[in-house]
Amino acid sequence: MISRKDVEYVANLAHLKLAEKEKEEYTEQIGSIIDYVDKLKELDTENVTPTAYTVPMKNVLRDDKARESLNRKKTLANAPDKKNGLFKAPRIMSDN
Amino acid sequence: MATNYETVIGLEVHLQLSTESKIFCGCSTSFGADPNENTCPVCVGLPGTLPVLNKKVVDYAIMAGLALNCEIAEYSKFDRKNYFYPDLPKAYQISQYDLPVAQDGQIEIETEEGIFNIGVTRVHLEEDAGKLIHEGTIDKSTGSLIDYNRGGIPLIEIVSEPDMRSPAQARAYLTELKKTMEYLDISDCNMEEGSLRCDANVSLRPVGQKELGVKAELKNMNSFSSVEKGLEYEVARQKKLLDNNKEVVQETRTWDEKLNKTISMRGKEEAHDYRYFPEPDLVPLEISREWVAEINETLPELPREKYKRFISEFSLPAYDAGVLTGDKEMALLFEETISYFNDPKTISNWIMSEYLRLLNESELTVSASKIDAEGLGTMLKMVDDGVISGKIAKTVFEKMFETGDRPAAIVEEEGLKQISDSDKLAEIVNRIIADNPDAVEDIQAGKDRAIGYLVGQVMKETRGKANPGMVNKMLREKVK
Repeated sequence: MISRKDVEYVANLAHLKLAEKEKEEYTEQIGSIIDYVDKLKELDTENVTPTAYTVPMKNVLRDDKARESLNRKKTLANAPDKKNGLFKAPRIMSDN
Repeated sequence: MATNYETVIGLEVHLQLSTESKIFCGCSTSFGADPNENTCPVCVGLPGTLPVLNKKVVDYAIMAGLALNCEIAEYSKFDRKNYFYPDLPKAYQISQYDLPVAQDGQIEIETEEGIFNIGVTRVHLEEDAGKLIHEGTIDKSTGSLIDYNRGGIPLIEIVSEPDMRSPAQARAYLTELKKTMEYLDISDCNMEEGSLRCDANVSLRPVGQKELGVKAELKNMNSFSSVEKGLEYEVARQKKLLDNNKEVVQETRTWDEKLNKTISMRGKEEAHDYRYFPEPDLVPLEISREWVAEINETLPELPREKYKRFISEFSLPAYDAGVLTGDKEMALLFEETISYFNDPKTISNWIMSEYLRLLNESELTVSASKIDAEGLGTMLKMVDDGVISGKIAKTVFEKMFETGDRPAAIVEEEGLKQISDSDKLAEIVNRIIADNPDAVEDIQAGKDRAIGYLVGQVMKETRGKANPGMVNKMLREKVK
């Protein structure tokens, strides 16, 4: 089970502003998802090597060769705001 | 009674690796391109793109790990470090969390207080972030402009153990680390240009106490001297707090070069919870022992080893060995010159005085300068053989530095050969004696110093080319 505090904490990290009703709703929903995933804990993994990967691949590497980059016009094409070939982001510091 | 405190410092050093392409895409890492020219869907974090690891980056990290006496992981992986900041287009940085490429190393450093071993906790790989340009100051700006050319440039982060006990040790560690990485030739290591960056954790604890005190993290120091100054300031600040029974707050502080002090960044950053998790877009790395051995083969002699060898093999003073090995190319020039002229101390003197002076004056590096081992060696041999005087040699060396011409050609062309022909010298000496009756009288009256004056006159007459030993002897014989 997770608490409402956990939801507030995660929302804050994700820069989400949640209404009180949403917090309640998500506590319940996220809680049930976690409970569901927790079922995996019932498995006996005593003799299983931990892994972070599901595909049996390793060492996918490329040679250190530079190739053409994307045309800058294209790179910036979908930018919400731009200036002089640079992306423009809203001010970083909050006003407190 | 006042408590005595011990300073505890650990450093985190970020190094940009000198590869041709970025860590996870084929964009160029070249410096000075127009903003966002070196970008592609991978390094600006467009959805649906996949990173592919650059092999050379792994080679370099293994190399750095070996040079720092680390254990190289057999199994390593990448993780996502999650946080929001506009210089990070994906809102996460691909880094390494629990399984870095290298761990548990150490490096030997030397300060005036002695020799110390500083532990290296880990060496891990990660991608650099973009560069932010704030419109106005960061706290008053209306927005920030972003150049992602730097985003995705490969970095290694080298984390030290909290083993340093003074700002001077921290500086010595940084110097040794930089030299070592320069010898490996895996990074430009230029702090002013940002290819080497350093953050410091510093705390104080009562002498004898095992647990660490509360630390401050110091950022924004962009030269070796500002690292030392920033740490000195911070040690004094924390000591004053503790002496007054006040608490040190754990926080990030920034070094202000103009104000010469550290400033709290409190309130300017949120509590960090990076929620690391394995990067699902990259497969794990298995580093075979063959791979490690292969890299080990390519490892050059490291500066610290070279320094010790220069002292033992060539009987050089520690100071000379330190200066010569401070630059890989200079150390190479020194050693190569020995095969042309086997007098290490004389070579060292020339490199440390004349050569360094000329390099500084012309702001050239050793590799960019026109002096080579053969030139320097044969010139020193000409002095030793009496072909040119030591004084003339300086003129010849300056010419060599300027043009890259061979010393013999310069001597020939400029007519700088030492005059050792006794008939020719006798003629000049006789003339000088005749022109200076007062000095001759002085010498005969026992004022030996006047000999020096006459030698000087002969040298002047011959524009420094007369063999001073012969002139001296001749004058003494003729005047007495």
